[in-house]
Order: sequence, then structure tokens, then C-alpha cells
Amino acid sequence: MLPSYLTMAAILFCIGLYGALVKRNAVIVLLSIELMLNAVNLNLVAFSKYGVVPALTGQIFSLFTITVAAAEAAVGVAILIALFRSRGTVQVDEYDEMKR
Amino acid sequence: MEIYTKAAWIIPLLPLAAFLLLTALGRSYRRAGVLIGTAGALAAFLLSLLVLIGRLGETAVDYSKAFDWITIGDYTLRIGFEVTNLTSMMLVVVTLVSLLVNIYSAGYMKSDERITVFYGYVSLFTFSMLGLVLSDNLLSLYIFWELVGVCSFLLVGFWYARPAAKAAAKKAFIVTRIGDAGLLVAILLLFWYMPDHRLEFTMIQSVFDGPSGAITTELSTLIALLIFLGAVGKSGQFPLHVWLPDAMEGPTPISALIHAATMVAAGVFLIARTYDIFLDSAAAMQTVAYIGGFTAIFAATIALAQNDIKRILAYSTVSQLGYMMMALGLGSLTGGIFHLFTHAFFKALLFLGAGSIIHAVHTQNIQEMGGLGSKMRVTAWTFGIGALALSGIPPLSGFWSKDLILSVALQENKLLFIVGVAAAFCTALYMARLFFLVFMGKPRSSLGGAHESPSVMTIPLMVLAALAVVAGFVETPWNGALGSWLSGGIAEEAHSSGIAIIASIAVGVLGIYLGWLIYVKGSVSRSIVSDKAPWLVMLLERKYFIDECYERILVKPLKGLGTLLMALDSYVIGGAVRLVSAAADSAGKAAVRLQNGQVQTYGIAALLGLVVIVLAIVGRRFWS
Repeated sequence: MLPSYLTMAAILFCIGLYGALVKRNAVIVLLSIELMLNAVNLNLVAFSKYGVVPALTGQIFSLFTITVAAAEAAVGVAILIALFRSRGTVQVDEYDEMKR
Repeated sequence: MEIYTKAAWIIPLLPLAAFLLLTALGRSYRRAGVLIGTAGALAAFLLSLLVLIGRLGETAVDYSKAFDWITIGDYTLRIGFEVTNLTSMMLVVVTLVSLLVNIYSAGYMKSDERITVFYGYVSLFTFSMLGLVLSDNLLSLYIFWELVGVCSFLLVGFWYARPAAKAAAKKAFIVTRIGDAGLLVAILLLFWYMPDHRLEFTMIQSVFDGPSGAITTELSTLIALLIFLGAVGKSGQFPLHVWLPDAMEGPTPISALIHAATMVAAGVFLIARTYDIFLDSAAAMQTVAYIGGFTAIFAATIALAQNDIKRILAYSTVSQLGYMMMALGLGSLTGGIFHLFTHAFFKALLFLGAGSIIHAVHTQNIQEMGGLGSKMRVTAWTFGIGALALSGIPPLSGFWSKDLILSVALQENKLLFIVGVAAAFCTALYMARLFFLVFMGKPRSSLGGAHESPSVMTIPLMVLAALAVVAGFVETPWNGALGSWLSGGIAEEAHSSGIAIIASIAVGVLGIYLGWLIYVKGSVSRSIVSDKAPWLVMLLERKYFIDECYERILVKPLKGLGTLLMALDSYVIGGAVRLVSAAADSAGKAAVRLQNGQVQTYGIAALLGLVVIVLAIVGRRFWS
């Protein structure tokens, strides 16, 4: 069972990575990052169930991760709203402050 | 009086101090520059004079003092100074001419913007020349030998805005370098074969004096010839004489100081210093004698057809240096040094006189001059004395030294005697031509502004004229004072010979008389030679096409090789360098394009980097 979970997680991660690197809308980028995070969570759960040393620790750990991710998503959206207010756009390729 | 000999090391330091002071002061202190340069030369002259006077007694012993310079393993290189009768005489000649040139230049270079620089260079030259004279070993002599070459380069090219001066400076430096390379090889050979690698002149003297067996005759021939090559370059002997006439592009006082009296005599001095090596090898002596004799007649004939006053004097210098070499080659150290001594005075006088003329009329072409005798009385009289001394008219100094050389030649080698007499005839003829064309007759172009030079220029002329008259009496056929003094009491056998005296007087008078007939009286047509043998005049005017030959045979191929190497350098080596820089440049440009401030681009770059690292780690497993 482990390989199918891992494959599933890898596919999810790749979709997320693709979205994060390619999409121009900042909201979609944020969503894609959540997708990558969840792929990691899936890995954690899969290893805690089918890994070499199965234990409940991994599942609890992933619960914590989800909680922290929720907080992180809230912060991310807040930053995004602030950015939208100041720049008037959500297009990622127009955010090029790092060049200046 | 011994104390002055021991303090002789101070003499070169005085002009050196003047040079350093002048360099530190800069160009704005014009009067101070003149005073400092002259003061340095004056102090050096006075001290040299004291050294010489202290050594005039019969008992004077050679004095040398050295200190350790470099120690490498067991070998210690020592440098120091040595005062012998020969060096003390040279000290006085060098410092006296330098002092007079310093005084003279105050007038001649008065309106030059860089007069302070000029005085600095002259002081540096005086220092180098004195160092050369005082050196006690070949290595430090070589260092100063190169230093005088550098000073000559700087002063020949002093008016570097003129292309001719620049070219002449380069030519002087490069041509003498050829000779210097020979000298360097000779020093290396001596270093290799001398016992304990000693290069001191005293050691050379004791090793080569008598059959010590340390060095074979073949080897000493080789060393002597290589040393002679150095002397040929510096003293403008036949194959390497081409730089000396061109060096006349420098200021005229420089021609008097460097290219007549001192530096060009350094070659003769060098041979005199290492004379024991030459005495060891008959072949080397013959080479020196024949090259010298050939140069004497060769340069004297060229001087017959030149029109530039300084070039005539330059070829005359080459010719007289040939005489000195011939004397040395014939085994008469006294003859060579004696002629060096007298020549230094009358040739410096002639050059300074020429400078006075050029200063007045602003041309160097003697065909445009004429009738200057009435306008410039002091110059005319002193120049006349110099010309008579050079032509070998008794009792002026040139007669005695030339007569000594001719007497030796008559005893040793009849062919060289004839060559010497012929050269003496040419000398008298070209000096008569020069003198009559410049000072007699009517002006051949508008020289209305010509007037006598200021006294700061004429006083050195008068001093030198006095010396040109009396300097010859130190060695006469009935009194070999100089010879016995130079060789430390052992008098050379007297060479007085009635035939030589009569011959040298006869050709001198005949040459001047012929010159008078042609250029004053006009009873012999001036164009008599050019009508009957135009090729001969052409040959002489173009200096036997030596420069053209060198241009074809040496300069062109070398320039071609240089162009080839330049192309190799700029395209192959430079190309590789440019390739590297272009690669770095384009990598940088790509990196700049990557850095566009967008976080997604950075993310892709990071991802690609990760992929590369992963591939590398995974791939390594497959490789090994």
C-alpha cells in the first residue's frame, strides 16, 4: 500500500509545484502551496501507518501541521490582501520589488 | 695625500646627490637647477683633482676597498672602488668635461622649458660615468656601463617631440645593446672560469698575467673578443658605429659630454682595464687593431662628404676612437689612453664650438654658413685651435698622441701605419673644409642675426682650448711621463720615430693646404671629384649605404618577425584570453536576465538546481 500512497503524494506535490511556479494569480499560487503542504501531510500519515516503525506519532504530527498550515494560510491571505490594496493587482508577475 | 684617494668613493655620490635633489625639486626651480647641477660637478671635479695631484708622485700605490654585497652559499660577491693612476686620470677628464658642459649648458639650454630635467640627467650621467671609472670589478662596471647607456638614451631623446630624436635614442640604445650582450657573455665566461669566481680587475690581472694555466689561450681569445664587442658597441667601432652619428639629435652639450669625451671612450677604458686578457691573445689584439684601423679610415672618409656640422664631428669621433682601438690593438696602452685624454679635450671643444655656432645661426648645415669668423671671434679662434689639434698640427695636443700611435704602428704593422696616415690626411682635410666653410668667405644665406655667444658659453671654450694646446705635453717622444706613470714606473720603450713625425706633420699640413686651395682660394674646383666620380661622392654622402644595408638585412626581417609574433600574441594568446572573458561575460548576462525580481523565476531556478543536485548524486551511483 505504501507505494500507492507515496505516488499519490508525489502527484499532488508536482501539481502544487507546477501551480506555484506557473500560475499568475496570487490566490491560485497560495492554493497550490497548500496542495504541496497536503502532499507532505499525506506522506507523514502513510509512513506512520505503513512505515518501518509504525506509530501514532506521525498522525498526530500531521494534525499539528494542518493547524499550523491553517494559520499560515490566514497570514498568507492577509499579506495578499495588503499587497492587493497597495499594488491594485493580484498578478504575481507584476510583483517584482526584489529587482529594485 | 693618501686621504683623498681613500675618499674617492665620495666623488660619484656628489653628482648623484645633485640628481636626486634636482628630481625632488621639480621643473619650476630653473636657476636653482643650474646651480645645483653645476655645484655637484664642481665639487666632484675638485675632489678628483685632489686625488690626481695626490697620485702624481712616483710612489702612489693602487688603492681598492670593497664590501660584501651578496652572499650565496660559499660565494660572496664584493663590490667596491679602486683608484689607480688610470682611473684617477679618467676621473679628472670626466669631471672636468662634465663641469664645463654644465656651465656651457646654462647658456645653451637657457630657454628650454625642461632645463632642470636636463641638468638632472647630466648629473645622473656624470654619476654613472664616475661609477664606471671607479668600479673595482667587472660586474659593477657592467651595471654602470648600462646606466650610462640609459643616460645616453634619455639625453639623445631629450627633445622627444622630434621624431628624429626619438628614433635616434632608440637606435643608440638598441645598437649598443648588441655590444652589451657580448660584454655580458664575457663576464659570465669569466665568472665561470676565474678561480673562486672572482671578477675584480686585480684578480683578472694576476690570473692573466703570465702563464698561470687557469685559462687557456682559446678561452681568453673568446673572452677578449666578447669584451671587445661591448667596446665596439659603446665606442662606435665599425659594424656598430651607426648609432653615434644619429645620436647627434641630442642637445649639443650632450654630444660634447657623452658622445665625444666620456661615454664613447668607455669602450677604450674597458679594454685598458682588462688589457691583460687581450695581451694573452694575439688574435684578439690583431682583431682590435684591424677593426680600429679600418674604422679610423672608414669614418674619416665619410666625414669628408657630410654637410651637417655635428655629423662631421660625430664621424670624426668614430674615426678617432678607431685610432685609440688601433693603438690598443698594437700593444700600446699608453697610445690609446693618451689619445683618449687629448681627444676628450679637443673634441669636447669642437662640439661646444659647434653648439655655439648652432646657437647663433640656428642651422647645422655648413653649406648655409660662411663668414662667421668675423662675427664670432672667440668661437672661431677656439674652434680653430680644436681643429688644428684634431688635424695633428704641432705643438697642439692631438699631434703628440696621434704621433705616438703612428710611431707604434710604424714599428708593429706597416699596413696599419699607412691606414693611419691616410686617415690623418682625411682628418686634416675634413676639418679644413669644415672650418673654412663655416668661418671664412661670405655668408651663403641670411645669417644677419649671428653674434657671439654669451660668456657663460665662451669661457668653457677658452678653458678647453687651453687644454687642447697643452694637454699633449704630458707625453712627448723625449719624455714618456704618462706612459711610465700609467704603468706604475715601468716605462714602455720609446717609440719616437722621425718618419712617423714627419709623415704625420706632412699629411696634416697637406690636408689643410688642400682644404684651403679648394674652399678658400678656389684654385681647385670643389666639384672635381663629383664630376669625375659621382658614385664616389654618392657612396660617401650615403655613408657607404651601411644604414640601408642594416635596414634591408636586419631591421626588415626582424620587424617581420615582430609583426608575426605580435599577430600570434594578439590573435592566439589574446584570443584565448578574450574567449575566457567572453564566456564569463555571457554567463553574467544570463544571470542578469534570470534575476528579474519575480519570485516564480527564482523558484524555477531553485527547482532546476535541486534537480541537478539530485541527478548528480544519483548519477554518481551509476558511474561507480
